Amino acid sequence: MDARAQDVDAGARELHGGAIIAAIKASGIEYVLAVPDIVTSSGLLAPIARDKDFRLIRVCKEDECIGIASGLSYCDKRALILIQYTGFLDSLNAIRGVAVEYKQPICMMVGLLGHDPEKEPRASPRYGVRIIEPILDDMGIAHHLIGLDADIGKIQPAIEQAYRDSQPVALLIGRRPKPSSRISS
Amino acid sequence: MMKRDECFRILARHIKDEAVVATYSSAVDWVEINPRPLNYLSIGAMGLDSSHGLGLALGRPDKRVIVLQGDGSLLMNLGSLVTIAAVAPKNLVHLVAQNDSYEANGSQPIPNPKVDFTGIARASGYAACFDFSDLRIFEQQVAHMLEQEGPVFATLHIEPTKPLKYDYPSLYDPEKRKAFKAQWRERSQ
Repeated sequence: MDARAQDVDAGARELHGGAIIAAIKASGIEYVLAVPDIVTSSGLLAPIARDKDFRLIRVCKEDECIGIASGLSYCDKRALILIQYTGFLDSLNAIRGVAVEYKQPICMMVGLLGHDPEKEPRASPRYGVRIIEPILDDMGIAHHLIGLDADIGKIQPAIEQAYRDSQPVALLIGRRPKPSSRISS
Repeated sequence: MMKRDECFRILARHIKDEAVVATYSSAVDWVEINPRPLNYLSIGAMGLDSSHGLGLALGRPDKRVIVLQGDGSLLMNLGSLVTIAAVAPKNLVHLVAQNDSYEANGSQPIPNPKVDFTGIARASGYAACFDFSDLRIFEQQVAHMLEQEGPVFATLHIEPTKPLKYDYPSLYDPEKRKAFKAQWRERSQ
């Protein structure tokens, strides 16, 4: 492979935060409920915090997000929960009760800390990442891997479907999004 | 010391079109005293009452939201005091019935009955904080408390009351959620 081909290939294997944020906005999300996650900290949470189109609510613990998002949904307000997979695991009982049993449109964007982005999450070197998709499958929660710019197109349909059908969805961030809004062609 | 149901009877006289978020023992007492569509009872996990209340308050700043939480529940989501104080919804009233026990789980004691919830709420930054242990004073001040710009916090120091019947299928009936949503939406038009 020549140098240019390598460069193009490297560009295609990137994930840009600006494009993700654009997709979140296009989904009608007004509130972002977050606990900092190093995977998404600089590429998503930092620019979202500066973006006047969002109302960012910083919470102390991830399960608070589940209750807040549910309350907002009764007011026809859309929220995105931005957390790390560890916080997702810590919030499973809230997700079980509110999102699954009450069928609430809980939309989660989950950073896969320690994941090798060139592998599928089920084959991740990190145990905590490997169990995420099986848990989501067992709970019947729709999920999508967002590991490349090409995956960003999944975000808006997934959020729209969650609110249309009143059901939860998890968007798994498989690599650190770059803060830039540029998408390589 | 007061009784929870006596406090709630007094509170009910001041309720109009507010959303009332209540769970477990507080929900059992409240629903018996004041059954209405705008009771929000399906919390999904112990402790989330205050967070659901924050979401409702943010989504409807034109309406008041009252959370009736137990001490055991608040202990499971103590960080929500910090979150709520930071967000500072003016329309949220957060009442905690403190009987020093996990009443719905066999009345086992909470880890430390000396905990000062009002003090924690005040230190977290709630705009107005109250502490009631005398029913007569609660009755005198409840209207004043509800008029305060929020977030408002109050501890109701209560004694154990009669054994309650926890009819969870009824409390968490999906039809109640639908009724709440319909009425809450209707009032936004």
